[in-house]
Amino acid sequence: MNVLPAGGPLSHNSMSTAIKVLPVDNPSESALSLARPLTIAVAGNPNAGKTSLFNSLTGLRQKVANYPGVTVESKSGQWSLSPELPPARLIDLPGLYSLDTTSLDEEIARDILLGQAAAIAKPDVIVVVVDATNLVRNLYLATQLIETGQPIVLALTMFDLAERSQLKIDVEKLGAALGVAVVPVVAKRHRGVAELAQAVLAAVKRGAPQSAREFESLGKSDSQRRTNLIRRYALIERIVSDSVVATDDGKAGLSERIDRVVTHRFLGPIILLLVMLLVFQAIFSWANLPMNLIDYLFGALGEAVRANFPPGVFTDLLCDGIIAGVGGVLAFLPQILLLFLFISILEDSGYMARAAFLMDRLMRAVGLHGKAFVPLLSSFACAVPGIMATRTIENPKDRIATIMIAPFMSCSARLPVYTLMIAAFFSGQKVFGFISMGALIILGMYLLGIAVAIVVAWILKRTILNAPPPPFVMELPPYRVPNFGNVAHALLTRSSVFIKRAGTVILSISILLWVLVAFPRAGSSTPAPAGTVVVSESSNNQIQNSFAGRAGRVIEPLIAPLGFDWKIGVGLISSFAARETIISTLSIVYNVGSNGDNKSSSLVDALRNAKRTDGSPVWTPLTGLSLMIFFLLACQCMSTVAIVRRETNSWRWPLFMVGYMLVLAYVASLVTYQGGRLLGFS
Amino acid sequence: MTLDTIPRDVAARVASVETSGPHGLRLMEMGVVPGALVRVVKSAPLGDPIQVCVRNYHLALRRTEAQSITVTIGEE
Repeated sequence: MNVLPAGGPLSHNSMSTAIKVLPVDNPSESALSLARPLTIAVAGNPNAGKTSLFNSLTGLRQKVANYPGVTVESKSGQWSLSPELPPARLIDLPGLYSLDTTSLDEEIARDILLGQAAAIAKPDVIVVVVDATNLVRNLYLATQLIETGQPIVLALTMFDLAERSQLKIDVEKLGAALGVAVVPVVAKRHRGVAELAQAVLAAVKRGAPQSAREFESLGKSDSQRRTNLIRRYALIERIVSDSVVATDDGKAGLSERIDRVVTHRFLGPIILLLVMLLVFQAIFSWANLPMNLIDYLFGALGEAVRANFPPGVFTDLLCDGIIAGVGGVLAFLPQILLLFLFISILEDSGYMARAAFLMDRLMRAVGLHGKAFVPLLSSFACAVPGIMATRTIENPKDRIATIMIAPFMSCSARLPVYTLMIAAFFSGQKVFGFISMGALIILGMYLLGIAVAIVVAWILKRTILNAPPPPFVMELPPYRVPNFGNVAHALLTRSSVFIKRAGTVILSISILLWVLVAFPRAGSSTPAPAGTVVVSESSNNQIQNSFAGRAGRVIEPLIAPLGFDWKIGVGLISSFAARETIISTLSIVYNVGSNGDNKSSSLVDALRNAKRTDGSPVWTPLTGLSLMIFFLLACQCMSTVAIVRRETNSWRWPLFMVGYMLVLAYVASLVTYQGGRLLGFS
Repeated sequence: MTLDTIPRDVAARVASVETSGPHGLRLMEMGVVPGALVRVVKSAPLGDPIQVCVRNYHLALRRTEAQSITVTIGEE
């Protein structure tokens, strides 16, 4: 392994094959003391192995946050460069191809690299990750960064793959030509990590290169950028041809041979369908066991607390507000973990880009980008990460159109509502004697959501988001065996992000709802003294007079045409915070205890037996269907609204989204209920 | 001729890239510059986008983008 002491600028090489640099006035400015922790940025092209290297350097000492003001995730961790020094802060930047950026991700990475980010200090050293199997293109960004005059170390990843594919890279020669240290690394096996640390320390001690060049492409006209670009590639080609010997055996690469099957005209779509089927099977079937277990445990915990604490407001808050809320949050974890397990495996293996490749033509028919496929697929678990994943879409109008339709993908929070309705009104029914009615209805809900999304996207792209078809330029990275560490890290990150961001919202809503239902106390306008049992056999009166009950009755005339009474109204109001809360709200409203889960027989019975004042049942299969459609189409999710607000940086889009989805849901429910009655259903 | 019209698995050389839009420069930044070797690998099941091999890696682009790339064949 070669670690180069990077030489002074150009002392050893001809000007024609080296990066040209000009002197700067004040070289001592960046001479750094090593007593304070260093800030080191990891930059590189997408798919260059940046994340693997980052994980390998930091291990588990990393945290995820958002860059101030935007929702691009910033991953940072601690890297012990040497035992004598405080660990350095390592920042994993979003991948970028060039400092001339085209997407939000890239813009943020560039601003940090150039020290233009408001709240983040300019990094002391930049570790540029360069894929050894794809040197020329990767060096485009690397040479741009070298020219900024900041201390740079080049980490040459995939070095083992390059060796195997008959690429002989003269690391010393490459480093000399570029004027920086070049360290070959194999992140998975931890090879080259110690050498990288040494090279980083050497770069810090040396300070910025004694010279820097005026950054040539930013802010220039297109034709100037063009000229610079062609010159830069010519320069890189000379450097690479001097330091790399490639023996091409003429055979198609392994990835290309895999692609012959995976993106095959007929087999490709079939494989994609099977992959999606597997993902769905996992989310909806395998996740059930741990979810039921969590439900059961929190139910038992609630009962135990109720049995052992004196009855009163505090105990009610603990059981119905806090324990039920925490359980409600954690019950989603298995689904989210499984979805992200698949997404990160698909992403890490290189399949995700193929899915976008296969789907682009279809997505374009509605005016969207193939890259929208991944965020939309993720939205089937939860729109929040799905909307966050739209960041990879460069065109802002495309991105907003994708965000606007993401909530139509039936997310996992709707499932409890669907399953409750099916358990109550469609259980045991079969179509053609063997297809379960429930499965058919759930499938119908998913398909309806997709159909509505297509229509809405089509309309949006022709009206307020009208723009020419966006470019589709996407790398198809080579297939790789997914890196177990990367997948595990992604899972850890995702679940902690979910618990922190969505969890806190759901928990606070759960407590707020409890307050809305428990206060004001029945018969008085002020809270009753501690010691009164809130949810009891006779608590119907309590609910009618509570804040929630009053609100439910206020909107009752409005929702009556949809087949809903005021109790469902209370559920609707509460579910505008998060869809699944309607289950616990209905449990409270129907006095079956708020720990009732979606399969709880008591809640199902309560729904079946609920009567209107005239004695007719409140709930019919048609009411259930109407409610399911309302839940499918309305944007009842505070977390989604919050994330859209942050992603679009204005209240305009989230408010528009809530508004148009609510209208759509109302109309669709109305048509379902009234139309169903006209057709003679009940 | 342009990149969208050449047959599969034929080595071609980029002659010029039309860079009127932002994606033109992006294509060039990703290595599709005049003089670079390109090869069309395949097209997606619905005929679009196409997959090309350039500088030892694979790139997907739509036919409309491929139209902006002029190539020459057979002067190896």
